[in-house]
Amino acid sequence: MTETVAGREIGSARRRSEDARLITGRTQWTDNLQLPGMCHVAFLRSPYAHARITGVDAAEARQRPGVVAVFTGADLADEQGSLPCAWPVTEDMRHPDHPPMAVDHVRYVGEPVACVVARDRYAAADALEAIDVDYEPLTPVLDMEQAVADGADLVHADLGTNSSYTWVFENGDLDAALRDAPVLIERRYVQQRLIPTAMEPRAVVCAPEGDGFTLWSATQIPHILRLMLATVTGIPEHRLRVIAPDVGGGFGSKLQVYGEEVLALLLARRLGRPIKWTESRSEGNLTVHHGRDQIQRLTLAAERDGTIRGLKVDLLADMGAYLMLVTPGIPLLGAFMFNGIYKMDAYSFTCTGVFTNKTPTDAYRGAGRPEATFAIERLMDELAAELDLDPIEVRRRNWIRHEEFPYDTIAGLTYDSGNYEAATDKALHLFEYDTLRAEQADRRERRDPVQLGIGVSTFTEMCGLAPSRVLGSLSYGAGGWEHASVRVLPSGKVEVVTGSSAHGQGHETAWAQITADRLGVPFEDVRVLHGDTSVSPKGMDTYGSRSLAVGGIALVNACDKVVDKARRVAAHLLEAAEEDLEFTGGRFSVRGVPDQARTIQEVALAAFAAHDLPDGVEPSLDSDATFDPDNFSFPHGTHLCAVEVDTETGFVRIRSYVAVDDVGLVVNPLIVEGQVHGGLAQGIAQALYEEAVYDAEGNLTTTTMADYLIPSAADLPHFVTDRTETPATTNPLGVKGVGEAGTIASTPAVVNAIVDALRPYGVRDVPMPCTPERVWRALNEQEGSA
Amino acid sequence: MPRVRIKVDGVTYEDEVEPRLLLVHYLRERLGKVGTPVGCDTTNCGACTVLLDGLSVKSCSVLAVQADGREITTVEGLGPGGELHPMQRAFHTEHALQCGFCTPGMIMASIDLLRENADPSEAEIREGLEGNLCRCTGYQNIVRAVRRAAEEMRQAPEREVTS
Repeated sequence: MTETVAGREIGSARRRSEDARLITGRTQWTDNLQLPGMCHVAFLRSPYAHARITGVDAAEARQRPGVVAVFTGADLADEQGSLPCAWPVTEDMRHPDHPPMAVDHVRYVGEPVACVVARDRYAAADALEAIDVDYEPLTPVLDMEQAVADGADLVHADLGTNSSYTWVFENGDLDAALRDAPVLIERRYVQQRLIPTAMEPRAVVCAPEGDGFTLWSATQIPHILRLMLATVTGIPEHRLRVIAPDVGGGFGSKLQVYGEEVLALLLARRLGRPIKWTESRSEGNLTVHHGRDQIQRLTLAAERDGTIRGLKVDLLADMGAYLMLVTPGIPLLGAFMFNGIYKMDAYSFTCTGVFTNKTPTDAYRGAGRPEATFAIERLMDELAAELDLDPIEVRRRNWIRHEEFPYDTIAGLTYDSGNYEAATDKALHLFEYDTLRAEQADRRERRDPVQLGIGVSTFTEMCGLAPSRVLGSLSYGAGGWEHASVRVLPSGKVEVVTGSSAHGQGHETAWAQITADRLGVPFEDVRVLHGDTSVSPKGMDTYGSRSLAVGGIALVNACDKVVDKARRVAAHLLEAAEEDLEFTGGRFSVRGVPDQARTIQEVALAAFAAHDLPDGVEPSLDSDATFDPDNFSFPHGTHLCAVEVDTETGFVRIRSYVAVDDVGLVVNPLIVEGQVHGGLAQGIAQALYEEAVYDAEGNLTTTTMADYLIPSAADLPHFVTDRTETPATTNPLGVKGVGEAGTIASTPAVVNAIVDALRPYGVRDVPMPCTPERVWRALNEQEGSA
Repeated sequence: MPRVRIKVDGVTYEDEVEPRLLLVHYLRERLGKVGTPVGCDTTNCGACTVLLDGLSVKSCSVLAVQADGREITTVEGLGPGGELHPMQRAFHTEHALQCGFCTPGMIMASIDLLRENADPSEAEIREGLEGNLCRCTGYQNIVRAVRRAAEEMRQAPEREVTS
């Protein structure tokens, strides 16, 4: 089934078509839009983490110059509905109402309570100061463990609990695995809260147009957003057009239906004129959904030779104040991944979703899988240390060997393919593992104040989200298919329409490469269209490393339909039997008579003119197709990180980083390498730099880029990247997906390296982010207690 | 309201502006120079970097009135007549951008970096671009692009970078 033979375009490092507009500033960011009569919106946001609203006085604001209208939550209460959660993970999941604008309660700092519509953004911001809101402060709930204890204050009093749901997966006899286990590793790890921080702030413009509305948004999900806007507001779906123009990164943060998007639509309807809102970065840090935020309690049982018996996982996952689009499901994407690449006989996973008075959480690059991968890869290093084994060796003794695929895992998935041995061998060689181990031993011997640590992460992940039937079995609200259509124009040029919605991934280039090969047309003759529900009417959008593994295959199917139809037409034109035609390089020729041929462009023109089509064949070669995968895809790889840790200052420097990834067949190696680099940067940032911090009153203290530290060029090392190529067997291209791999793999590699450096000092964990202070404290608290 | 006269990408504009109007908002909303985006509100991200009399500034931290009588080059003015600046070409060739939102600022900051140091090492490039944040690329290809552009520009030093 798998075709691994690369064509002339697939596999080539095409420079991206998208770049032409991006490097010259001829871009179409949502905030660029200026429409006649357009008004700007500014939101007044709650300064309290938890409070009752007892009064709002907007009279003075309405009188301010340039102000067109002011609305409070109460003004919109009858029409604003409740923001959607499309993933009710259990039947008894508690799902509170989530008005786009708060009416009588606020439950996190930054929740909108009123808005000003004005002629320009300065006037709108000025008038916010003139709105008076009376609050009766309530006790904020900020700590997950306290939140689920008896007698806790409640985020939603009417629910009677701060627990949204408890979701359980069990396989094998875990009690037996734990009973009398020769080795038990018990740990508590914290996945700190992160802020996705796409470089483009959120922005939305909504304009009444004809008998409907057009809404432009910096979103990853124009199709899902359109359906959800219709559901929330009651405006019929066919009266809504959603456009995602150039979108400046997402990383999951724009996989959302935000209150501001709903409100822009409602305000445009109320006022009958275009409405624009663009967030400031500090506003965004408060209100873009956050990621991660889990407390993990883990127990790994093993034999003395390192063979794993079983794994027990108990999670508390912070939902924040409300459930947003897929909030409750995010930690469950990790449920199938805590076992990693390892064989074991028993596994138990329990996750409780907890409400707190913080910004809601939802998907952030990796979404559940980085958390799981961190846990298992940290545990494997701890197991190695406990048994005095090399961390590579303990992994070898447990991982699925390449000849054992396809393999049914303890978490209920079937890994179709992989070769962990090959990726690891390549990584060890590039890393010069033995040389670095020798240097480490030498530094330890010398008691060098700068110690060397080596961290290993042999990860896998599930991506290509997702088989619709699997999503259905997990109570997800939609399917996981993708759509593509191919339009072969009369001139022979080709338009490709994809339901994926690119925001930096390079679809316009990669999709043209696939099309060029499948149809045998020049790369330059293909134009890729996306991100507008009027142009691309069907789609499930971009997230979960699904674009190529699902949307790319839909495109392959659509191209194959074009060729099938063109073959019928060509056979008719050539007066030959279809089975006697060969199709290579965009040309149908009669086998054995190469001069008798028609190019696909000639066939397209004939199909357009329709003067001489076979009976029953409709004009045009256009096609469309969907693809719904049978299984997830499972990229994997081996990442090795060497750090130098200054034991006097706690400062960590990444000395070298090697990433060998196996993402199956590669359409464009340049794009793949770029995705790996960027993924590594975000995973390393979780290990070393980033954390959304709340104070004791529930104020986010990391609202700016001066406080929330996304790494600069000076904070990151040069990466050595390479690949092995084990094709996926579950799709005709053999592709797997690469968008999240680097982020999933790198966090444990870095933390393992830091702990490895400090293990001789008795350190066995450093909480993330591993700032100099935390590293220093880990070291000195150990020495103090020793 | 104060009146300003500012040359932007080779064209001189005269406008009345509020004293508090940020240069980046003047460029984007008054002149339609939307190629220069805004990524933060604390001067950390550098997406809005332009050249002010040939030196890089973050246009979110300059008032339009401060640019009175001066000359601005944005990413839109780098390649007069459709020709690309060597830095733009290098960003394309080395795949130094993904979503592209930081790219205008990154390109302008990189041009200023080479003005100060025509042959920077990798470490000097990383230090020199510390004020420009990218969330997509991990910076590795940006470093490569700046080195490529530096090499090309050293071979053709006569090239004028401002319009």
